[in-house]
Amino acid sequence: MNRIHYLFNTKKERVLSIYFTAGFPHLEDTVPTMEAIQAGGADVIEIGVPYSDPIADGPTIQDSNMIALGNGMSLKKLFQQLIGFRTKIHVPVVMMGYLNPILQFGMEEFCKKCKEVGIDGLILPDLPMQQYLEDYKNLFDAYGLVNTFLISPATSEKRIREIDENTNGFIYMVSSNSITGAKTGISEEQITYFERVQAMNLKNPRLIGFGISDSESFSTASNYGNGAIIGSAFIKTVKGSENLNKDIQNYIQQVIN
Amino acid sequence: MIRVDEKGFYGKFGGAYIPEMLHPNIEELRENYEAIVATKEFQDEFQSLLRDFVGRPTPLYFAARMSEKYGAKIYFKREDLCHTGAHKVNNTVGQIILAKKLGKKRIIAETGAGQHGVATATVCALMGMDCTIYMGELDIQRQRPNVERMRILGAKIVPAVSGSKTLKDATNEAMRAWINDPVGTHYIIGSVVGPHPYPEMVARFQSVISEEIKWQLKEKEGRENPDAIIACVGGGSNAAGSFYHYYNTPEVRLIAVEAAGLGVNSGKSAATTALGTPGILHGSKTLLMQTEDGQVVEPHSISAGLDYPGIGPVHAHLFDIGRSEFVAVEDEDAMKAGIELSRMEGIIPAIETAHAIHALNMIEYRKDDVIVINLSGRGDKDLDTYIKWGNY
Repeated sequence: MNRIHYLFNTKKERVLSIYFTAGFPHLEDTVPTMEAIQAGGADVIEIGVPYSDPIADGPTIQDSNMIALGNGMSLKKLFQQLIGFRTKIHVPVVMMGYLNPILQFGMEEFCKKCKEVGIDGLILPDLPMQQYLEDYKNLFDAYGLVNTFLISPATSEKRIREIDENTNGFIYMVSSNSITGAKTGISEEQITYFERVQAMNLKNPRLIGFGISDSESFSTASNYGNGAIIGSAFIKTVKGSENLNKDIQNYIQQVIN
Repeated sequence: MIRVDEKGFYGKFGGAYIPEMLHPNIEELRENYEAIVATKEFQDEFQSLLRDFVGRPTPLYFAARMSEKYGAKIYFKREDLCHTGAHKVNNTVGQIILAKKLGKKRIIAETGAGQHGVATATVCALMGMDCTIYMGELDIQRQRPNVERMRILGAKIVPAVSGSKTLKDATNEAMRAWINDPVGTHYIIGSVVGPHPYPEMVARFQSVISEEIKWQLKEKEGRENPDAIIACVGGGSNAAGSFYHYYNTPEVRLIAVEAAGLGVNSGKSAATTALGTPGILHGSKTLLMQTEDGQVVEPHSISAGLDYPGIGPVHAHLFDIGRSEFVAVEDEDAMKAGIELSRMEGIIPAIETAHAIHALNMIEYRKDDVIVINLSGRGDKDLDTYIKWGNY
């Protein structure tokens, strides 16, 4: 059974997913960061594949991408680092990356490697649903990879239904009309949007991301979805950390307790 | 037939690879733009602004001295005489009317050389709309006069400080700004790049150039078709505009001129078709300068308007099927061509445009061939670069 399905079948509330950038702050931090995220108590790990032009990301994640690339991170390197990680990590792991580096690597080869090392799902923010259905769905299915789509306050109800129909992992609910790390806290307007989507009774679980940074925003998000995703705030925590393992665990503990 | 298909592809290139957050905006445009553009109301306003505000039709000018030197009949399509100094305004006039019809209140745009930024700031002033321009920090330094023109026109300039701090990064920032305010904002993309329907929409607004070439050449030469059309290509809007009505007339050679920078293989170049491979940039599949790992390579050209690692998907397609011929002109040769045009015809061209002039030295043609060069912009904005180069 896919670990993402197992997770949401056994835990419906306060699911925490942590995004980090592979190869950041140092090239070899990838797997140690994943171990610390799991030890801290997060439920899902999102590995960010760094890219030179991440158009949905704000300065914090852009900066971590540039540093990771400067450190020599690439998909080739990442898959080498990930060999054997499943002996230590049992939580679901999702790859998040822009399409171009993956296309250059080769989509099928990418899927094959994901399966080999033990990746459970994908988030490809610039892969549109139509293109996914026409070109890649069969491939992802063949390699057991669950694909996740984003929705935002601007997504129409009809489109949300289509997305719900065409995914079988979870829906990534972007909390506001924004890039990552642009806003903190949750406003009344956002609550209205959360309630609107909640009332749709979608078949897929929902994780709320963008603007989630601490215990309070995590709890609020969890009231309206099955949990939340933290990215930029986590990157800020690891940037300049002298004790990655301790700082990551402390941060996650603060968020979930 | 060379044309965009319903999914936004030109052959293998194009499409709309955008984050879901932008899906509603792109859908809104895709669903509405053709219907709006087809209305008489839109066309009346568009045509009247092109005539009375932009100053169209621009002349098709027979360059006697250069014709003599090069042994061909050389015509210049004088887009440099458009209001604001380049062809860019053809597109911004079209898009601002569209934005108004879509009920948008705020305009954002990216700019490289500043010509598209100025053209956008100009139409925003004309229509009383709020205007924010994203421009690479490096370009802000090298195109100072255009920055001040935009400010005088009431636009806010936001520097793009990521990556190479040039056009690519300005485009990233504009896309991010659109994600942050998708409902009230229209993004006026300045070239034939970006997600469908932008490449075709921009090309159509620019296609007034080739439409005019047809009847003007008929008047002057008794035929609509030149033997060749030459245009420079960064993203490729002036090239698309001057090629548009000739895409499907194979006897007209289409010659696209890229910036070779310090040399195609110098590592400091923007010659996309020479160096690029298929990839995705700014929402479309196209040819793109990138590393083996799929990271976008930072380009170089002395001209800010050609300093772009990609190319519009239509040009990638024209290249792919062999319809366009591509040449790459180095910085130094472009500068010399700019001086040559100034001395021989009394026209100081934009450095982008100077690349197209130099191409006359690189292509084969028969004596007395009729060659139209699209003179996309004038050189006022580039005086600092000419002065710094100094070799005149």
